[in-house]
Amino acid sequence: MESEKFDQLIEEAREGDHRAFESLVRQTYADTYTLAFRLVGNEEDARDVVQETYLRAHKGIQKFRGDAQLSTWLHRITANCASTFLGRRGRDRHEQLQDETDVVDDHPQRDPAQRADLGDLRSHLVEALMHLPPKLRAVVVLRDIYDMSHQSIAEQLDITESAAKVRLHRARKRLRERLYPLNDEGDLEGGADEEDARAM
Amino acid sequence: MQCETVSLQLAEFVDGDSNLSLETGRHVEACLRCQAELAQYRKLLRALTMLRDQYVTTDASILDELLDALRPVASVHRIHRLHHRNKKAAYVGGIAAAATATAAAGAFVIASRLAGRQRLAG
Ligand SMILES: [Zn+2]
Repeated sequence: MESEKFDQLIEEAREGDHRAFESLVRQTYADTYTLAFRLVGNEEDARDVVQETYLRAHKGIQKFRGDAQLSTWLHRITANCASTFLGRRGRDRHEQLQDETDVVDDHPQRDPAQRADLGDLRSHLVEALMHLPPKLRAVVVLRDIYDMSHQSIAEQLDITESAAKVRLHRARKRLRERLYPLNDEGDLEGGADEEDARAM
Repeated sequence: MQCETVSLQLAEFVDGDSNLSLETGRHVEACLRCQAELAQYRKLLRALTMLRDQYVTTDASILDELLDALRPVASVHRIHRLHHRNKKAAYVGGIAAAATATAAAGAFVIASRLAGRQRLAG
């Protein structure tokens, strides 16, 4: 919930008060950086995306409607900047950023004893996310972590809504396969519940 | 029905975005493997939701870098506002000043990014 003071800062920033805008940056940059990092996958590129995001936000703050949350608005801009950035990076490096890009999956946690040493479910999940191809990762991050609508995801990534859904389901499937490689109920009910409890 | 063909449908069904077809529903009811998979998807979604409140840590230089990059943009904004207020100001001169400031701001942004990278590299 955004406080009254926060709303007032937004109003002042919309009227062109740069100090108010700077205060908003101070209060939101960690969240914006986190999303950018999750989308592009490394610190250096995330910094570029964050900078571009706030330059665009500064330019567009007058058009920001008060009925939306600032964080939601910033997330949309971040997603759009990251998408542009990944497209450019793909062209520059001639990377294959297709949906079907295969990533080497060595199932480091296949052995349950080994897995016990590997920290909680969340750290497994963060690692699994980073192993996804960027285009699949973007959709699952925006939908399942940031609760963005399919429509908004499609708009920001410049893809169709049905493409966004297909990518989401593939991404979830890959994450599940990586997190639960043994795929037998005994392992799931024992190990996974313990991991869940630790992650709480 | 093969479990493998059900898997993607479970990934879609898990957050209530879709319903399972009658055939798939019957399969899942009778298949322990698919039931286990559905439970895994539910846990996966819960864990993803929990990541929302977990920030990726970074050093403080990112904020300085960000504020540095925004400062020249703010001065361009001020130039526009001043010209708005001062109706006697020459229209063409105002545009030229703003354009110069915009170009300078762009150069500054790039320079500050490069300086940041050099700091990191050094
Ligand atoms: Zn089955």
